[in-house]
Amino acid sequence: MTITMDPLRSERPARPQEKAMTTSTASKISVRDFNFYYGPSKVLHGITLDVPAQQVTALIGPSGCGKSTFIRSINRMNDIIPDAHGEGLIEIDGKNVYAPDTDTVELRRSVGMVFQKSNPFPKSIFDNIAYGLRIGGMRNKRELNELVEKSLVRAALWDEVKDRLHGPAMALSGGQQQRLCIARALAVNPEILLMDEPASALDPIATTKIEELIYELKDRYTIVIVTHNMQQAARVSDRTAFFMLGKLVEYGETRDIFMNPKEKITEDYVTGRFG
Amino acid sequence: MTSNARRRKIISRIAETCCALAVLIALVPLVMIFFYVIKEGFGSLNLAFFTNTPKPVGEVGGGMANAIVGTLILIGLAALFAVPVGVICGVHLSEYPDSRFSAIVRFAADVLNGVPSIVVGIFAYGLVVLPVKRFSAIAGGVALGFLMLPIVVRSTEELLRLVPSGLREGALALGATRSRAVFTVIIPAALPGILTGILVALARVAGETAPLLFTSFNNQFWSTNIAQPIASLTVQVFTYAISPYDDWHRQAWAGAFLLVMIILTLSIVARLAVRRLERMNRP
Amino acid sequence: MSNARPSADDRKFRIGTGIFAAVVLLIVIGIGVELTRQSLLSIQKFGMSFWKGTTWDPVAGEFGALPFIWGTLYSGLLALLLSTPIALGIAIYVSELSPRLLRQPLTYLTELLAAIPSIVYGLWGVFVLVPIVRKIELWTPDVLRKTPLFKGPPLGVGMLAAALILAVMVIPFSSSVAREILKNVPAAQREAAYALGATRWEAIKVAMGYGKTGIIGAVMLGFGRALGETMAVTMVIGNSPQVSASLFAPQYTMAAVIANEFTEAADELYLHALIEIGLLLFVITIIVNIVSRLLIWSMKKRVVRRVPVAPVAEAQPA
Repeated sequence: MTITMDPLRSERPARPQEKAMTTSTASKISVRDFNFYYGPSKVLHGITLDVPAQQVTALIGPSGCGKSTFIRSINRMNDIIPDAHGEGLIEIDGKNVYAPDTDTVELRRSVGMVFQKSNPFPKSIFDNIAYGLRIGGMRNKRELNELVEKSLVRAALWDEVKDRLHGPAMALSGGQQQRLCIARALAVNPEILLMDEPASALDPIATTKIEELIYELKDRYTIVIVTHNMQQAARVSDRTAFFMLGKLVEYGETRDIFMNPKEKITEDYVTGRFG
Repeated sequence: MTSNARRRKIISRIAETCCALAVLIALVPLVMIFFYVIKEGFGSLNLAFFTNTPKPVGEVGGGMANAIVGTLILIGLAALFAVPVGVICGVHLSEYPDSRFSAIVRFAADVLNGVPSIVVGIFAYGLVVLPVKRFSAIAGGVALGFLMLPIVVRSTEELLRLVPSGLREGALALGATRSRAVFTVIIPAALPGILTGILVALARVAGETAPLLFTSFNNQFWSTNIAQPIASLTVQVFTYAISPYDDWHRQAWAGAFLLVMIILTLSIVARLAVRRLERMNRP
Repeated sequence: MSNARPSADDRKFRIGTGIFAAVVLLIVIGIGVELTRQSLLSIQKFGMSFWKGTTWDPVAGEFGALPFIWGTLYSGLLALLLSTPIALGIAIYVSELSPRLLRQPLTYLTELLAAIPSIVYGLWGVFVLVPIVRKIELWTPDVLRKTPLFKGPPLGVGMLAAALILAVMVIPFSSSVAREILKNVPAAQREAAYALGATRWEAIKVAMGYGKTGIIGAVMLGFGRALGETMAVTMVIGNSPQVSASLFAPQYTMAAVIANEFTEAADELYLHALIEIGLLLFVITIIVNIVSRLLIWSMKKRVVRRVPVAPVAEAQPA
């Protein structure tokens, strides 16, 4: 798997004002000069980066730096917030997500999302996973059973719940609920998985399980993960983007960001001098 | 897949439209009622309405002066009973929120809130009318008081709970006893809200008819004697409405108009009074 | 904040205020006791046959109260059927769909419906609604007229008019409670649905599913209100004690018969019979009320336990 680099980035550190018009052909998500506003206040400034396919890209940065806002812009979850709007280019497989004719329903099916605090529906485990499939029109019981099982297997939860598929999802532990939410997102077969601090509400053991899961999943899915835990980012991701105050400060291979950061602020952050 | 998505989006649009329609449908009777009350009622208001007592059928110029006064007397009596009991009960519930007794009382207040007003009327009948074998304004006031009680209790309790604990601690630190602290510091601080609760409760009982039918009954003549039956706007409107006479129908509409005005005024005064007192208490 | 040992003043305060609090409790118990006491004659004389008899003829000494139970439950259920979709539609619209500016005014308008006194509804019912219902009854095609649901002369007054007016009166109650419940459904639930590609309506359905228990409680609360409604009903229902499935037939409810005949009751047995009806009304409304509050309370408990975390908190001005 070739890792494509933004041709301009190798010459100097990424700056928010970069207006590179060429998009890398192997990148799954291409972002060019993306701004985001909550009402009158601008919270994202000219974000430009490429997320390569089938890799894990981590977004790190201090609280309030805009990483959650950014990740939610990719699948346009921010649309449900009143007075919020984004401008710029976010392309998935070459198609602009913010084009006026974008079908947000379809978009969100192809881009799965897992949230900071697990939010299973108050239904059975089976019904949770099947939800996305059912609203998509799938009625066939056999197909549903197959896909639910496949999703639970992929989310490394099958063994633990296979005997109580029709039991309540709320009865699962926090870590299990989060894996359930991952399985639920996987069920509709997205190509991209967005994870907004998926393990921050979990204990260390459950966190490890999630991280292992992410490692397994990246064979099939392009994963973008927001985390405030730098060790996690270092463990889990191939590329890391460092955000601060709504700007993308530095972006590159995880190894480089942590061992050999180009910007001083990046170095300060990853060495724990602030944040 | 896309045709499925299109179908779902259409369904979503239709459903959202239906919800908006529901709002419009609910507004239709509201508008109609106000329209008719204003149209039929306002036009039938005249000086005689306010100053005269009812006249026999056929005679022109009858009014509802006694009924207007009667309603005011009845809600006054109701407040006399419900305000002290309700406020102090609210005080107890807010001071001892977790005791089992408080839980039971709170539950009882909720139950009382849901009892149909006519059943409360029967209770007042047994309590006040039966022993003296006479209908009276007092009986009506008691019935309305019972109906006011849960509203006053609940709003008082909620408002007292909202008073910051710093206020109470400050009073106690200055050596005030608990009762002193509550009555001289905490209740005054919550007064705007408590008054609102009382006004809201008054607005609700001013419109009651059923419990009055056999407690305060009715009175064609001018009377302010609370030991006697007394007229009220609501009962008078009812009596006139079910009669076969056009003139009385017109007066019924006028009475209804006045009733709605009184209730709206009470509600608006409640809101304004709160704002004014709040501004006074918090510089 | 509180002393380890309550002082004498504390104790006096607690007992003193407690007495007033006990008054509320005593009133509720008192209603039950007094109503039972004042209906003993009827209870003792008729026993259970009181509730099975369909003939209410006080002059002849016959007291069969079934028509009133029928009328109350039938009108209540019809009102429920008519009002629930509208009440829920309003709750959904105000809490999820309407532009922010409209929210306060719309809420206020629905509350206005609750502020109109029953007698004013009744007045409007008699002079405006009943003629309209009569026209509807006249226009009903003959083929429907033959069915038991639409049998009878088009009087205007009857079950249909009562159900309609009750439905309007009940809407604000169910709607405001349902709105509260929807507001308290954690945002995370809707977000989960959206993230899976749900349409707006599908996300709303998820929220409603989460609040299902409470919403049923809200609807039941409205039902309880409808059961106890007196004035508006008695002015449009026709006040005829008969058990009939027809919407056009004039019928009678428990509250209405008490209101109409209480002061006419010539003898004690008659009065006791009426009060016995009041006793049943008391019991039924208490049960409906308790069940609905339990449902709403259990809903609130569930929501409080799961504190919602909406990622919107990330937004910081640059």
